[in-house]
Amino acid sequence: MSKPKHPVTLLTGFLGSGKTTLLGELLSHPDMGETAVIVNELGEIGIDHHLVTQVDERTVVLDSGCVCCVMRGDLADELRDLFSRRIRYEIPDFRRVVVETTGIADPAPILFTLLSEPVVQHHFELDGVVTTVDAVNGLDQLARQPESVKQAAVADRIVVTKTDLVGQADVAELERQLRQVNPTAPMFHVVHGKVAPNVLFGGKERDIRELELPEPDHLDHVHAFGLILDEEIDWTAFGVWLTMLLQARGEHILRVKGLLNTGDEGPLLLNGVQHVVHPPVHLDEWPDEDRRSRIVFIARGARREEVERSLAVFNRAAAVPA
Amino acid sequence: MCVLCGALLSDHWAEADSGRRARAVRVRLLNHVLGHYGLSLGDWAGSVYTVRDGKGGSAVVQDVGTLWQAAEDLAGRPLDPLDPALIEALEANVEA
Repeated sequence: MSKPKHPVTLLTGFLGSGKTTLLGELLSHPDMGETAVIVNELGEIGIDHHLVTQVDERTVVLDSGCVCCVMRGDLADELRDLFSRRIRYEIPDFRRVVVETTGIADPAPILFTLLSEPVVQHHFELDGVVTTVDAVNGLDQLARQPESVKQAAVADRIVVTKTDLVGQADVAELERQLRQVNPTAPMFHVVHGKVAPNVLFGGKERDIRELELPEPDHLDHVHAFGLILDEEIDWTAFGVWLTMLLQARGEHILRVKGLLNTGDEGPLLLNGVQHVVHPPVHLDEWPDEDRRSRIVFIARGARREEVERSLAVFNRAAAVPA
Repeated sequence: MCVLCGALLSDHWAEADSGRRARAVRVRLLNHVLGHYGLSLGDWAGSVYTVRDGKGGSAVVQDVGTLWQAAEDLAGRPLDPLDPALIEALEANVEA
């Protein structure tokens, strides 16, 4: 029987958005014992590293600059090394890993590493992406910094920080814009990093069938749209279609989440980030009587109607004889 | 093979847990799609796929995840499932 994989949480968020404060507070919580932390040290300053090592001696510092551009291999190496040292009893056992990115990091290559590198994906599994967004500067960053939009779009949990420093109207507008780029992630207000770990690690997902997807301000900007499909989905056809779509448009499709009726007893959970798709999970049963499939895309450029029409014809074409 | 524990590593997500029937459906659908671009797909012993153009060019790929890049290289253009011409061709095929 294979051993359970070590959950890995990616902690991302723009410069100054409170990642290290959040991580420091989380690591001081009793429930966060046996956590290995991988931080990225940008340049030679390494302040983040020092703050984290005060809490956890098992910090591993990646030492070659920005995670997004050159650290993919390094991150895989660090995770492999972490596992290798653990099985040789050189380091204590750990229950989870937190990878903190730099503020300017594009999270996609890191997720790609976690989900695609063969040895890494055999021993570790992506538990989720936690993204911090600064209530003071978040609106400006979303408008000017594409990385911050991407960091919010790929999040499984969004932590809005510094909400004590701005008015309610500003926080509400930030939340509205965050909902446009990511309606699926639960959102939390956290001040000075004070939050219970079980809120961010694990916790309840939003049911994608109950989401109200906002009308986008601009279709060319990152926005969410959903498909609801009455027809049963042929999983083989869906795999052909989605792999082709992600090859062609993966750069612009930041996120795909779905609950699919593939004709089995329970639904199939789908979760993808850009070109990478998590191994789909079969659920034993449906949560209620509604058996329709629901797929949410977070994308730029693509329109709901064309995506729906394309998927429908692939689904039907699978049954057409050669 | 995992270098740390020796276990076999997993398949591509779109092909994991799928048997011979699913593979046959996949090849049939891929031929409908690739045919629009002048390409065809063969299944070699149920283990790899061969994608060919009409000019003698071919590539061997492991799974549907690596297929599309090879197919694009052979076709000399992007293959996009949202391409209206492809959708119309498949719709005509379905309705025929």
